[in-house]
Amino acid sequence: MAKRVDQYVNDLQQTRIWRSIFRSGTGTSTLQRALAIQQNVFLHLFSTKVRTRMLSFRATWYLGTLTLGTFLILVSTGIPLMLYYHPSVPQAYADTKDLQFVVSSGMFLRNLHRWSAHAMVFLVFAHMFKVFYRGAYRAPREFNWVIGVILLLITLLLSYTGYLLPWDQLAYWAITVGSNIASAVPLLGNKIHFLLLGGNAVNANALLRFYVLHCMILPLIAIFFLAIHFWRIRKDGGLYSHASEPMTLRTQLEIPSSPNTGENWRAPIGGTFKGKEVR
Amino acid sequence: MADSKDFIAGIDSNAKKSPRRIVFITRRTSAQVKAETEEQIQTFPEVLFRAAVAIMTMATALIWIALLFNAPLEGLADPSHTPNPAKAPWYFLGLQEMLHYFPPVVAGVLVPGLVVMALVVIPYFKVNIEADGLFLKDRPKRLRIFYVVATALSLFLLLFKVYAAMVPTLIMAGIMLVAAQSSPQSPSKFGRYLANRPLSYWVMTWFLFELVVLTAIGTFFRGPGWSWVWPWQGS
Repeated sequence: MAKRVDQYVNDLQQTRIWRSIFRSGTGTSTLQRALAIQQNVFLHLFSTKVRTRMLSFRATWYLGTLTLGTFLILVSTGIPLMLYYHPSVPQAYADTKDLQFVVSSGMFLRNLHRWSAHAMVFLVFAHMFKVFYRGAYRAPREFNWVIGVILLLITLLLSYTGYLLPWDQLAYWAITVGSNIASAVPLLGNKIHFLLLGGNAVNANALLRFYVLHCMILPLIAIFFLAIHFWRIRKDGGLYSHASEPMTLRTQLEIPSSPNTGENWRAPIGGTFKGKEVR
Repeated sequence: MADSKDFIAGIDSNAKKSPRRIVFITRRTSAQVKAETEEQIQTFPEVLFRAAVAIMTMATALIWIALLFNAPLEGLADPSHTPNPAKAPWYFLGLQEMLHYFPPVVAGVLVPGLVVMALVVIPYFKVNIEADGLFLKDRPKRLRIFYVVATALSLFLLLFKVYAAMVPTLIMAGIMLVAAQSSPQSPSKFGRYLANRPLSYWVMTWFLFELVVLTAIGTFFRGPGWSWVWPWQGS
């Protein structure tokens, strides 16, 4: 009798090699599912359990998830685009033209990268306002909000540096207009302007600087803060839901506030405060 | 320590092998204060599955957009030929619109700097933590402050002829007046909603309103020499 696909998958998961890679083991028990998150270097940023209520579309509109989605699309389209691009004048423009007319699916790659970049900027703003209107920036999540603001600025810089790379009229003058604002900074304005562009006007040096920033420095900084941003969700008590907040609970149960500070109750340091285990 | 069972002390160690460890657990300071149980779901596979579906749905939409609409590409960059108007990327057009009214040091440095600062400090100020309706407490005093601030802001914008920012300000002030006249017992649902909005809500909503309006004007309504054009007039 022929085996079903899932039986093959199951057999594969029992092999010694698979078990050496994924040490959490297989199975559908709660323990195994928790281990699948906890023992994975990437997934352990997240908590093993989430409040069911927070999964409804209403709670978050999935804006944070979708922002991560655009970032993943941008990385996976950006890397192939780099293979066809030289950050030099005027070769950059010729390469962009080649992407449009010579490279197979080059047009599609560039379109997807560009529209996803616009979508990411929009989604980051939307995510910020949604978090604000839900009040999810409140203690103990203050610092994750600050990291979110940093990520907003990084996103804007990523989009802005990418804007110059096609080296067409649209790119050139948008960056000229934008970088002139830097000159308005009191005292240091012209020095900042020079540092940003590697010259007094947008030129080949500016293109190279923006290329390095766009493809190397800013993505690395973004990934660094993204990791902290996700990890802090778990450390700060999971996705915010008002009814499970310490202040709300204290009011409901009439627990007197801390006598010395009167501040918000905080999660104990080092514990995975997920609303349920530790209160 | 009248109650001898208030804590349990245990000493169990071999001093030669390990340092002495003493644990005191008092009943009143237990870390486990069971307050509420809420239904939870395993991240693997339920949450990851939902996240994947959300991302794939969006990716499908973006792929369709990428197939149907081409990214713009104009002629080779030419430093000697300035297009009119020269526009920044759309998310900076709100700032560029401000540059039209104020000197660069105000519109380009001071305002964005203050906005970023304001965003960063939001969670650290009690005014943003409080969730009571703005006009529910000290109503006469708060109304007076509101009138002064709204009038001063509108006059300032009028003085610099920033009508684009003045109109949203006046609309917001009008809605806030409706909120001031409403109470949590208002017959209309909208009135009850407005009455319960705190100060932080009003400030942020005003900011969002201005951001959207200024960005939209910069994107769609500005032509040669940053003059006002209608989107259907073309260039």
